[in-house]
Amino acid sequence: MSANLRVQSSEYIDETHRVSFRFNGKKYYGFKGDTLASALLANDVHLVGRSFKYHRPRGIMTAGSEEPNAIVQVNDNTNRTEPNVRATELEIYEGLEASSQNCWPSVNFDIGGINNLISPFLPAGFYYKTFMWPASFWEKYEFFIRHSAGLGKSPTEKDPDIYDHRNIHCDVLVVGAGISGILAAKNAAKNNLKTLLIEEKNELGGATIYQNKEFNKIDNQSSSDWIKKEINKLKNINNLEVKTRTSVAAYHGYNYLLARENLTDHLEKKDKNNKIRQRLLKIRAKKVILATGALERPLVFNNNDRPGIILSTAVKKYADFFGVKCGEKNVFFTNNDSAYESALCLHNRGINVDAIIDIRNNSNSKIVKATEKAGIKIYWSHTVVDTKGYRRLNNISIMKLSNDGMTVTGNKINISCDCLGVAGGWTPAVHLFTQSGGKLKFDEENNIFLPNKYPSDQISVGSCNGSFNLKEIFKEISIKLKEFLRIEKTDFDNFDIECEEETSKRNIWLLPADKAIGKTKPFVDYQNDATAKDIKLALREGFRSIEHVKRYTTTGMGTDQGKLGNMHALGIIADTAGVKMGELGTTTFRPPYTPLTFGTIVGRNVGEYFDIFRRTAMNDWLIENKAEFENVGQWKRGWYYPGNGETMNQAVQRESKAARESAGILDASTLGKIDIQGSDASEFLNRVYTNAWSKLAIGKCRYGLMLNEDGMVYDDGVTTRLEENHYLMTTTTGGAANVLGKLEDYLQTEWPELDVYLTSVTDHYATASVCGPNSKKILKKIFPDLDFSDESFPHMSFKEAKISNIKCRVMRISFTGEHSYEINIQASFGKALWEKCIEAGKEFNITPYGTETMHLLRAEKGFIIVGQDTDGTMTPIDLQMDWIVSKKKYDFIGKRSLYRSDTMREDRKQLVGLLTDDPNIILEEGAQIVSELNQNPIQMLGHVTSSYFSPNLNKSIALAVVRGGKDMMGKKLFIPMEDKTISVTVANPVFFDEENKRLNA
Amino acid sequence: MFVINCPYCGERDQQEFKAGGEAHIERPKQPTELSDDEWAEYLFMRKNIKGVQFERWNHAHGCRKWFNMVRDTSNDEIKLVYKMGEKPPLE
Repeated sequence: MSANLRVQSSEYIDETHRVSFRFNGKKYYGFKGDTLASALLANDVHLVGRSFKYHRPRGIMTAGSEEPNAIVQVNDNTNRTEPNVRATELEIYEGLEASSQNCWPSVNFDIGGINNLISPFLPAGFYYKTFMWPASFWEKYEFFIRHSAGLGKSPTEKDPDIYDHRNIHCDVLVVGAGISGILAAKNAAKNNLKTLLIEEKNELGGATIYQNKEFNKIDNQSSSDWIKKEINKLKNINNLEVKTRTSVAAYHGYNYLLARENLTDHLEKKDKNNKIRQRLLKIRAKKVILATGALERPLVFNNNDRPGIILSTAVKKYADFFGVKCGEKNVFFTNNDSAYESALCLHNRGINVDAIIDIRNNSNSKIVKATEKAGIKIYWSHTVVDTKGYRRLNNISIMKLSNDGMTVTGNKINISCDCLGVAGGWTPAVHLFTQSGGKLKFDEENNIFLPNKYPSDQISVGSCNGSFNLKEIFKEISIKLKEFLRIEKTDFDNFDIECEEETSKRNIWLLPADKAIGKTKPFVDYQNDATAKDIKLALREGFRSIEHVKRYTTTGMGTDQGKLGNMHALGIIADTAGVKMGELGTTTFRPPYTPLTFGTIVGRNVGEYFDIFRRTAMNDWLIENKAEFENVGQWKRGWYYPGNGETMNQAVQRESKAARESAGILDASTLGKIDIQGSDASEFLNRVYTNAWSKLAIGKCRYGLMLNEDGMVYDDGVTTRLEENHYLMTTTTGGAANVLGKLEDYLQTEWPELDVYLTSVTDHYATASVCGPNSKKILKKIFPDLDFSDESFPHMSFKEAKISNIKCRVMRISFTGEHSYEINIQASFGKALWEKCIEAGKEFNITPYGTETMHLLRAEKGFIIVGQDTDGTMTPIDLQMDWIVSKKKYDFIGKRSLYRSDTMREDRKQLVGLLTDDPNIILEEGAQIVSELNQNPIQMLGHVTSSYFSPNLNKSIALAVVRGGKDMMGKKLFIPMEDKTISVTVANPVFFDEENKRLNA
Repeated sequence: MFVINCPYCGERDQQEFKAGGEAHIERPKQPTELSDDEWAEYLFMRKNIKGVQFERWNHAHGCRKWFNMVRDTSNDEIKLVYKMGEKPPLE
């Protein structure tokens, strides 16, 4: 078919610029400026998709973002394919490929269409009712349900496009660039307010730019000419930024809005590359003016979903804006005057309009009279009772409505037509208003919900606030803008306005047919195939809440979020249940208003920019020496050094042995470091640690355990007294920021009387930890002038030292149980320090080791790792660390909780050591521990927290938390695994060098 | 996303702040004198009001100062911010 339904040239379509594209594999031509929908209509393609449940043929229904049916898969290739794109918004470009969704094998012959024939057996809640029993069959059902569910295909490869985020702050944000938005934006900007005007389409002016010239006049010009001049003037206004192809997705509290700016989707493929595809605008506006307009409603009647049944204003837009006629034989079906403007527009362009079916008894407005004069037949007080045509509408049947609108009477009249423009009135687009927390009120006269209570500094103007004609709009904006923006006057206070004014109204949510409702298909939600029948069934089955009916029938749950049909659903529920719509309320409108891509949401935070990471000063050396890294908090820490192709286990066993036999070196820079100063520093430490600090001598170090107020272990680390009122606290790597936050909290809120200052110095110092029997010899080489005798520099003490002229702090502390030193140096010298240690240690075969070996070595000594052997439910008593809890101190954080009845229970989980009966079996961390294998149900006593093969003991060791474990020393327990049961013996958690002889070796 | 008027820095975006729960719960000066129930009351019991609530907030990614906020949880309106140690408003 080479039909050309292009009827006239349009200033918005560039007919000199032909564009070829493919739809469902077939090549078509359109013009630059076309949407996929307008180009398909120009090629006489109406059938574009299948509905979700019944697979009924569906056509283009709208000309905007509210489209429920014409949603397509844009399939450039596998990495750029995108589902659920509205053909009515998608601007065509050379080489565009798109296809229908939800049909197989093709849109013209879809096997799923059989669902339509068996639809009497697919009522609302069909899936809930059918697939519930027997329960054991669920997995079988699931396979088939998943197979037939879902709309479109997601891409299978990485998205090659670039996305971006931008923060915008403005005085006034205007959403929607129809006539109301343009008037508002212009006046805001002219009054020295930084203004942003956002429009989802690529053209400004909304429907006014192609409004009927005869009946709509502003300042003695046709409204369309007037608005075009205004649009041209916008470019010269300072303070005004205009963004088109930008859709506001969300309106949050405090006037924070998110919008998606579409930058390249309308460009040819070659122009898309290396450009930002979409940008998420994060807008904080002092004031917001919503001018989001209104959406035309369809009418709900039997078989109202066939291709060729289109909203009346969409028919007009396709003719006026795109120069495309939607059919050869056009009929309109309406309950208000807007269909007449569309009919007259077609008529004036020489397009056949055969009839208008109006459910009202009459109308005296000028435009209706003009339509009658043009010779178009009007059927007053009639309704469409049925439509025919499988892939395209070809016939409608109409009958006379009874006075109460509940039934039809008289003879059926058949009218042949291929396009039915439906006009069911207007629904103000209050989505963004309600997202912001605004409350609606119901206008009984016009059957619309309108903004009522504004939650932030915002107003709604124009048709989204119920002002539908030009006179109302100008009057409303002039009054409201002055008050809202606090300005003296607007540019258009005294214009002469002429416009159409509605004179009669009649609204019937569900139009009657000549058949019982059970035998009809009046669709309310087109995308999800919810009919009026389904809604009535839900009510009969006892559903009352609108939110429940919505979920049960899936009304309004498609990608279009029910923009067309939600009002009818509410109306039908209200009528059936006998309640007022105002009392019923609405379902919640949730962001986003139109779908957002994941790319837009994540912006640039992908790949290596997904999350922040931190590297130490020694990092380059670690990389050069082939360290494997692990993530600890935000840090990349050296994990192990596989060197010449060792496995992780081999490397860790070698490193662990070397550290105990001669010398090892660890990059400990990531430990949190907090500088504590002030005359009350000692008192402060007394209050935050469980042990006593007042008597710690200057130059000495002490291990401390920090609890939460609930008595549970929170963090640990060694703190050094540098001077009388100066301490350096170390924390766990992952806990550093939280510890500082917690300490600040107590200082600022509970103990403001203390003279203490906290500064995070984690990044300021790099730390090399040298351990092993030869560590002292190595340190002596680095610091030849320092006295390393045990008397002068004992375990748990600190000395200031220098390398060349660079100051260092050397602490003799140990996390491995070996004689060990930590050297802190200004971070910029970290790598030099490290290399110096390696150089000095060469003769002792100093072995760099990573976190895994550190964990193994400390486990041999039974030292805990907070977060591995504790999980926020362990007290120091549970950890068998009673020794560190001061009995003398009156108070410290968490002390009182250690005496709660629950924390004093004897059968709490307690830290113990475990030895496997077979020394070669290594337990799995997290494995459950039981004492009786034949119990039913089996009682879990606890779990393994740390487990390694110790090369220094030549056997497997583990730490575990076990209920009542303190009193189980020597007891046999069992660890049931998937394929075997491992028997273990409870042991002292200190496996190695229990007398701590090696610390002074 | 709120705009919060930090008493030390002025108006900043909510993402710079951390919420810290109910305000004006003072840590008992003599915890050891309290019964288990009294201690548990301090430790665990917090209000969760729909309406006007007194809260602690911390300008975590700014000045790191803690302060108090009076917020209506039903509509997120921030009625007042004031420094730590200052008395809560009566009304």
